[in-house]
Formats: sequence, C-alpha cells, structure tokens
Amino acid sequence: MDQTPRTTPVTPWTFDDHTNSYIRRAAATGIYDIRGGGAKRRVPHFDDLLFLGASMSRYPLEGYREACGTDVTLGTRFAKNPIKLDIPITIAGMSFGALSGQAKEALGRGASAAGTSTTTGDGGMTPEERGHSDKLVYQYLPSRYGMNPDDLRRADAIEIVVGQGAKPGGGGMLLGQKINDRVAEMRTLPKGVDQRSACRHPDWTGPDDLEIKILELREITGWKVPIYVKVGGARPYYDVTLSVKAGADVVVLDGMQGGTAATQDVFIEHVGQPTLACIRPAVQALQDLDMHRKVQLVVSGGVRTGADVAKALALGADAVSIGTAALIALGDNDPRWEAEYQKLGTTAGAYDDWHEGNDPAGITTQNPELASRLDPEAAGRRLRNYLKVMTLEAQTIARACGKSHVLNLEPEDLCALTIEAAAMAQVPLSGTNWIPGT
Amino acid sequence: MQTLDLAQSELRAVNAALQGEGAGSNQAFTILNPRGAHALACGLDAAIDVTVDGTTGYYCGGMNKEATIRVTGSVGPGVAENMMSGRMVIEGDASQYAGATGHGGLLVIKGNASSRCGISMKGIEIVVHGNVGHMSAFMGQAGSLVVCGDAGDALGDSLYEAKLFVRGSVKSLGADCIEKEMRPEHLDHLARLLEAGECDADPASFRRYGSARKLYNFDIDNAGAY
Repeated sequence: MDQTPRTTPVTPWTFDDHTNSYIRRAAATGIYDIRGGGAKRRVPHFDDLLFLGASMSRYPLEGYREACGTDVTLGTRFAKNPIKLDIPITIAGMSFGALSGQAKEALGRGASAAGTSTTTGDGGMTPEERGHSDKLVYQYLPSRYGMNPDDLRRADAIEIVVGQGAKPGGGGMLLGQKINDRVAEMRTLPKGVDQRSACRHPDWTGPDDLEIKILELREITGWKVPIYVKVGGARPYYDVTLSVKAGADVVVLDGMQGGTAATQDVFIEHVGQPTLACIRPAVQALQDLDMHRKVQLVVSGGVRTGADVAKALALGADAVSIGTAALIALGDNDPRWEAEYQKLGTTAGAYDDWHEGNDPAGITTQNPELASRLDPEAAGRRLRNYLKVMTLEAQTIARACGKSHVLNLEPEDLCALTIEAAAMAQVPLSGTNWIPGT
Repeated sequence: MQTLDLAQSELRAVNAALQGEGAGSNQAFTILNPRGAHALACGLDAAIDVTVDGTTGYYCGGMNKEATIRVTGSVGPGVAENMMSGRMVIEGDASQYAGATGHGGLLVIKGNASSRCGISMKGIEIVVHGNVGHMSAFMGQAGSLVVCGDAGDALGDSLYEAKLFVRGSVKSLGADCIEKEMRPEHLDHLARLLEAGECDADPASFRRYGSARKLYNFDIDNAGAY
C-alpha cells in the first residue's frame, strides 16, 4: 500500500454540493427550478447594522414610562382619506390562490388586531378578506385577475404593482394544480390551467402613461384613497423619482429578499438588489424632490424583527411591509410538520415549493384537507402577537436612542459592521467615521 | 338631456356628475369640448346614456358598468379598459389597448384599432369595423374579438378561451393561436355580435381563430414556443 502522505479531499468552492445537485437536477429534468420565497443567498442586510444607543451626547427615554409613538399615516399627498396605522408594519400583498382562504383570513385578522393593513394579491379581493381586514390595500396588477370597480371602491388604498423584489422585470405563474373552481372563476380561466401573471401592465408603458393611469384610478375612486406604487429593488433612485413624478402617494420598495409565490430560482437569486442597498437611494430621491415624508416610503424584503423595522425607519422609511415573516407567524415551515416535510424531500425551514400546493401547514395550498389544518383565528392571533412584539422591540430601540417616536430614528443612530453595509446604508463603519463611497 | 362642457368644467366635476347617477337612472348627457381629455367618463355605474362630442385621450369609459357611451371622434389608448358591462361605440379610430382586460359589455370601434386591441380580454365583446394592429387579443381569456378588416402580426398570441373572428387577412398568428372550424353556433354568435356592433358584414365571410390549448400547462417540450 502506498504510504505517501496525501492531502485531504477538497470540494471545490465553485462546485459545492448544492451546485452539483443543481447541475444533476437540471440534467435529469431539462427544466429550471421554480420555488417560492425570496433570495436565500447571504447578502448585506439589517443584521450588518447596529444602533449606537444613547450616551453622553444623547439621553434616552424611560422604558415602560415615557411614550414612544408608533403610528404612521400613509397617503397624505393627494388622497382625501389617508390610511392611519397604529404601527409602522404592514402586511404585503399575497394572493388568494397562492394562499389558502384560511391563510388570507388569518392575515386580515392578525393585521386588524394589531392596527395595521393587509393587502390583496393577484386574483382579486375575496369577501372574507375584505370582511376580516379593517384596512385593506387592493393590488392593481398586470394580470388584472378579478379586477373590478366595485372592489376598487371598497379598498382603503390601491397599490399599483410595477415589480417585486423577488423578480424585478418578471411575471408569475400559478400552476394548474392550485387552480380549483373558485380560483378559476375569480380569474376567468379554466380550472387546472397554468395562470400566467404578466410582467408588465397591458394598458400602459412607462411613467408618462402611469401618470394618466393613476389619474384614471383617482377619478374612478373619487380621489378618496391613497395610490401606492410598488417597485422591485432594481434602480431605486430612478424608480422612486419616476413614481413620485407619476403621482404616487406612497412608494413601496421591495428588495430581493422579498418573497414570491412562485418564480424561477435563478431569477430570485440573481436579479435585483438587496433591501439594504435600496433604501438610501430611494430616500435620497425623495429628499431631492423635497418629498421625503410627503410621499411615504414603505420598505419590504427580509424584514423579520423589531430591530429590522427600526433600522429601516432609521434609514428613512416611513413603514415596512412583511410577507414571508407573516406566513411563518401563521405557521409556515413549522417543525411540527417535519415528518411531512421529509416526505416532500425537504425540511422545516427550507420548504419553498409553495407553487405545488402541498403545504403541510395549510397556507400555500388550495387542497381543502390541508387548508383546513390552519385555524384562521388562532393563526391570526399569532400574527397579531408577532406584530406586537416587533413593535415593542422597535420602540425599545427608539427609546434607547432618545426618540419619542419610531419615525424620529435617523441614520446618525446607526453604524455598520462591514464595509459593504456601511457603503449601502451610508452610515459609518463601526469604530470609524468612514462612510465608504462618500 | 344634460350638457357638460369641459371648456367650462373640470374633469373631476364632469366625471362626478356622471358617476353620481344611481341605479335606475336613465339620464342622458352630452359632453362638449373633450379636447383629448384623459379618463373621461370612467367608472360609470348606472344605465345612463353619454355622448362625447369630440375626441378623447387615454382610458375613456374605463371600468364602465351599465352605461352606454358614444364618442363621435376618436379615442386614445385604453378605451373601455376593464369594462364590466354596458356599451361603448367609437365613431372614429382607437389607439392601443382598446378594451384591455375587459370583463363584459360591448365595445364597437367603427374605424381602426391600433395594437393590442383586446389584450388580456376577460369576457368583453369587441367589434372593430376596420383593422386591428399587432398582438391583438394577446392572452385573451374570454369574450370575442370581431375584426371586419385585417389583423396585424401575432394575432391571439398566448390565447386562452377568447374567440376571434377576422374577415380580412391575418398577417401572422401568435403562439398557440390557430384557425378553427366555423360551425353553425359560431356563425350565430358572430351574427349577433355584428348586429349589436352596427355592422352589416356577412358572418359567412369571416374566419374563426382560437387557442390550440397546447401551452395551457407548462411543458419543457414546448419551450421553443414561449
């Protein structure tokens, strides 16, 4: 036997186990991988920022005693009836179709109990969703599935979706296995047919047209409700500038960690910018137009904790929006279903085949048996609790920074742990006064 | 008959007057001096009769329910977009996206319609006396598009269940759109549409197009068609 010493086997960094499994899968199937959720890769994020807290030059507010406001009003620019929220955390648009009716009801219940808004999605507004949502934002999407003027007037705000963080420039596909009779009827398509959600609107192109589209929507709704424009994290400075020019009351900016019901994995992981990188250019655009705090900025994509909320607000957002985190609060990817996740070839925490409709937690499914596992009242309570905790956390941090309202947080309250995060957030690298790129 | 003059009143006031008519109203209105106004007579929700004396901009009659709207001139992009019910008649030409995503009602265009006429239509009936531009009825889900003249490139691309009838030439068919047999029930349906659309063309002179339904569910073997 050869006794020559050998180096230990090395798996290439370029061709790691996951990459090799991707290649083998592609070679076996001839089709790309589709999944739900947002970017899973590690990108600079809110975790790379820290609050400085009060010190000699700042004095803090007393926890449990001195007030720290959390209310926020969205849509103050043109709408007669802006949306007044108790907390600066909203629920992002997710469709009935992608989600079960029970899940949509739970989102409405939880959001309403916490004093915030929820949002429809592709597929229109269901009576249950409207009934359980004190404040409901109606998404105006390229597909216009279920779009009608009655629901438009029933909404508390309208969100024109130009793009989303998981797939800026991309449309969507709700696969036929999730198209039951009710979903098919709402979308005016045969049962079982894959339903394409277009990547751009059918009756306008560009910001000049959008300005007229917004005029039309305002005329139909009597200028009563705010009109949001949602963009994916692509070119935030220009996208926000053009949204404001087109007449938006609110801009919703969704970074690449923002989830989707179903999109190609390659799209999710390789198109768009991290949420952290999008906020400051967006705020800069508003400031350059003298519209910061006049046109509200809602940031989404990977918001998980009260610290994330506080950091987004400190960077200049007026509110945040959560989607994936809200689903986890309802029960998505809960380890209690581990045995069933294993049968599906995955594990709790990694389950992302939301498009296939086999969700053991009863959330991303139209299978009646699976959907019945989710109790909308109990799930709604979990979401309410989660929203309350995040709000308390954000207040805790704001008080520590000496702020009597969470919207008073500012970039000066932050430092960054990495050079990348410092450059993206435009705050100093920890221990220095260096802001890369400035 | 009430007259609303856009030379004297703001768009908001004119639309508010039209939208203020409740169910059961059969009031008639004439709108003067539209002068290319956008979003005119949109969001109507009663069986009123509106005549627009002139030419309009974008989204005239958008999301109409029940109302009858007649435009004596031409219309800009997105006329009758997302119409739910009622009837619109355009005496002149229509720009892009006429009847886009319409769920119901009847849209009659007596001139030509530009590109993407009936895009993503969901139940609306459209009768065009002249020609339609490229990508008309793209992703059409339901309803009918009748073209008495010619159709441009890629007619009915990615079509679902919308029915297309063309009397003249079709420059090209889009992905998954094919010519289909014109059976008696289709001729009857077409005859009704032509009559409602104020068109005396002979139904027998049309050809019918529809979806081959090969792209209804994703199949990697069809990748070249997408």
